[in-house]
Amino acid sequence: MGTQTGIGASVKRKEDKRFIIGKGRYLDDISRPGQTYGYFIRSPHAHAKITSLDSTAALKAPGVVAVLTGPDMQADGIGPLICGWGITSKDGTPHKAPAHPALAIGRVRYVGHQVALVVAETLQQARDAAELVEIEYEELDHVIEVGDALAAGAPQIHDDVPGNLSFDWELGDRAKTDGAISAAHHVTRMKLRNNRLIPNAMEPRAALGDYDSGTDEITLYTTSQNPHVHRLVLSAFNAVAPEHKLRVIAPDVGGGFGSKIFIYSEETVCAWATKKLNRPIKWTAERSESFLSDAHGRDHETFAEMAFDANGKILGLKVSTKANVGCYLSTFASAVPTYLYGTLLSGQYTIPAIYCEVQAGFTNTAPVDAYRGAGRPEATYVVERMIEIGAREMGIDPAEIRKRNFIAPDAYPYETPVIMTYDSGNYALAMDKALEAIDYSGFAARKAQSQTKGKLRGIGFSAFIEACGIAPSAAVGSLGAGVGLWESAQVRFNPTGSVTVFTGSHSHGQGHETTFAQIISDQLGVPIDQVEISHGDTGKVPFGMGTYGSRSLAVGGSAIMKAIDKIVEKSKKIAAHTLEASVEDIEHSGGVFKVAGTDKQMTMAEIAFSAYVPHNYPADVEPGMDETAFYDPLNFTFPAGTHIAEVEIDPDTGTTEILDWVAVDDFGNVINPMIVEGQVHGGIAQGIGQALLENCVYDKESGQLLTGSYMDYCMPRADDLPTFRVQTINTPCKTNPLGVKGCGEAGAISAPAALMNAITNALGKEIDMPATPEKVWRAAQGL
Amino acid sequence: MPTVSMTVNGKPVTAEIAPNTLLVSFLRENLRLTGTHVGCDTSQCGACVIHIDGESAKACTVLALQANGAEITTIEGLAKGNNLHPMQKAFQENHGLQCGFCTTGMIMSAVDLVKKHGKPDDATIRKGLEGNICRCTGYQNIVKSVKAAAQEMEG
Ligand code: FES
Ligand code: FES
Repeated sequence: MGTQTGIGASVKRKEDKRFIIGKGRYLDDISRPGQTYGYFIRSPHAHAKITSLDSTAALKAPGVVAVLTGPDMQADGIGPLICGWGITSKDGTPHKAPAHPALAIGRVRYVGHQVALVVAETLQQARDAAELVEIEYEELDHVIEVGDALAAGAPQIHDDVPGNLSFDWELGDRAKTDGAISAAHHVTRMKLRNNRLIPNAMEPRAALGDYDSGTDEITLYTTSQNPHVHRLVLSAFNAVAPEHKLRVIAPDVGGGFGSKIFIYSEETVCAWATKKLNRPIKWTAERSESFLSDAHGRDHETFAEMAFDANGKILGLKVSTKANVGCYLSTFASAVPTYLYGTLLSGQYTIPAIYCEVQAGFTNTAPVDAYRGAGRPEATYVVERMIEIGAREMGIDPAEIRKRNFIAPDAYPYETPVIMTYDSGNYALAMDKALEAIDYSGFAARKAQSQTKGKLRGIGFSAFIEACGIAPSAAVGSLGAGVGLWESAQVRFNPTGSVTVFTGSHSHGQGHETTFAQIISDQLGVPIDQVEISHGDTGKVPFGMGTYGSRSLAVGGSAIMKAIDKIVEKSKKIAAHTLEASVEDIEHSGGVFKVAGTDKQMTMAEIAFSAYVPHNYPADVEPGMDETAFYDPLNFTFPAGTHIAEVEIDPDTGTTEILDWVAVDDFGNVINPMIVEGQVHGGIAQGIGQALLENCVYDKESGQLLTGSYMDYCMPRADDLPTFRVQTINTPCKTNPLGVKGCGEAGAISAPAALMNAITNALGKEIDMPATPEKVWRAAQGL
Repeated sequence: MPTVSMTVNGKPVTAEIAPNTLLVSFLRENLRLTGTHVGCDTSQCGACVIHIDGESAKACTVLALQANGAEITTIEGLAKGNNLHPMQKAFQENHGLQCGFCTTGMIMSAVDLVKKHGKPDDATIRKGLEGNICRCTGYQNIVKSVKAAAQEMEG
């Protein structure tokens, strides 16, 4: 409709008010009467047997309510944590996912592993009493790097997982790809390392279990991106409580980036313990606990071969990756280096033959799972580094070689050799706009100018693609997912014409309370301040799958569109009755229902009122105006675009300055450009963080996490980042009613390759991420 | 237990507290002013920034007892009744926040920054906010917000 609050308008966010006045309600802001505090005792060792645990002294300490352990949970029949996506190895065997008790039983497998929970009247008392719990360990050999873990003779982390191999998976046509490589004019071969990251949402994870003995209901407040998935897993697999007696509330959540998708030990323990002790229990992670025990991201070691003909046309891509999954398979850990990775290796290009194999190995480190982009940044990094290096080796311009390989705008639907069918795109258009914005033709002169100052200037490209809007339930089911990936929406008109939308999506910074309200305002003509979006409470909203994989608008927004369709259909019947016309003659536009060719009309608000006060009302229509819809997507969506980074390196200090950043992204239709731009900024910042600053390091010798605080783990700060120049192009998605593709992860997916291509272009030499001043300096000095 | 007295958002408060109580815990737990957040345990993130006698400070790094007799302003006390502070307005106008967790500390830091620098340029703002980590926004719209607020605050 294109109103000031409709689709396409940069409406200021409705949710901001409470945050800017300090009235946001994050988990640690919530307290329950009679609340106790939980403190987790964690393993100081990377790998050890627990030979004894004595809590006698702790239990006598002031204020202590209980000390709870893994065997206590087991005795109560609480099941282990699960991995919800089954992967089948090359040889047809299922992946190995050893039992993961929420509190350790007999053995600890990483530094930070949850061993026991001390519950006390105050946090200080719980912390003090934890010192009194006597635990003896017998240390075992450990292994940190995935390459080492998969090598012969490595320490065995799980008795039932020989060689620490969870799975050995493949995708694509090996013989055809080998053939393409052996017949090629040129083959680029590279080892690539995708560094391990720690997500670091600014709100630490937290949980508050609150049992009501009167109703036998457990309420679990938790920092979750998907409260219904939490409830389902905690009921069906952990047997904490039956689903109808477990309410999960994810209030305001301070960022997630994937790390709050998973069902972790701590919330499982709090949900169980509150009933056992009949007291509310709150646990809030200290930042150091977040570093140790939030699921980490990335951590791939890859060898890739890209084959070209004499013109730079790609003939084949072969990728062999070792993925570090940490010590247990976290909730979606197995999907990340497989179906969210191998399936994107065609990039934006027509590649006739692709083969990918992935070995997932257990190590004595925190579990690794989805982090912003999840698999797709790793795939983009492989494809976009390989094509860039190939271009350099063959002496072809990096923009030109990409254009020679782009899938043409009229080639859709385009089926890749790695089971994806792209529905739409215009890759050359995004590239051309980006080239123009960065003034590519002026680069040589700028480089020469840098040279006169003794600086090295570089430019780097990343033409990324991602698969978002995860995903058609039947398709993901056939690939091993344990759940369906549809979304729900309930659109409820109140009698006075205002609207409450209940969505299964969850907003933890993405601005759903505004974007979703714009859809209602646009389609049904309701003033935007009359629309309320409710999410994050299984006691209020219909069952939904939550927010991750840039799915909220493409899937959750589409569910809202379906519910709107039902509202419109019902409203037409009411209008026809009231206006004494036939239903076929009622035309609807933006909340106004008109008898065609007349000036007789009713507004949505009048119809809603009539539905609740049905005095003059059609006999075959139910009262009320409250419709629920579930939407199962037809396909993934495929956001894509080109990012170009320009950098200047000081060879004497090794510092890299990002001089310019251009992003041209195709997100399909855009509901709120301001919010979309903000999402892109944040994603690029995280991608730059990965390429330049961030690196999770465990000490190989001791197994200790060396980067366990903000003093050691380098987070991007305001003065590390440039101003980004962001534009969109809009090729509507063909498979959902809004034509949207998703924008939440694009920046994080695209940025690392663009920046590393720029830095290595400047250096004339390869280095791995992160490009720290030391590494850059060494390369610049030829060391 | 020792007694502590201070003025918080214009109201005098007195309480008996354990001597090791951090100012941030005192504000959050005793006074239930939960707009001041805790994002780290090493005094690095700035989620806890408040004003002590008009100067920004990390409330996680100060004992409540050290603030005895001080004038404290938290995010809850920044607006004058229903009139938002120009910095608060600017954050909303310029999409300077996403999840909102860093925002309260960021706003408190930024108010002090503008007070010290008048109309700071981008580089000064970026440097001045070094002690505040935001994981969501990439900082660009935060810089824009601070600039816009500075225009209004400094006329
Ligand atoms: S809580 Fe992080 S600096 Fe105070
Ligand atoms: S808005 Fe989320 S951390 Fe800054």
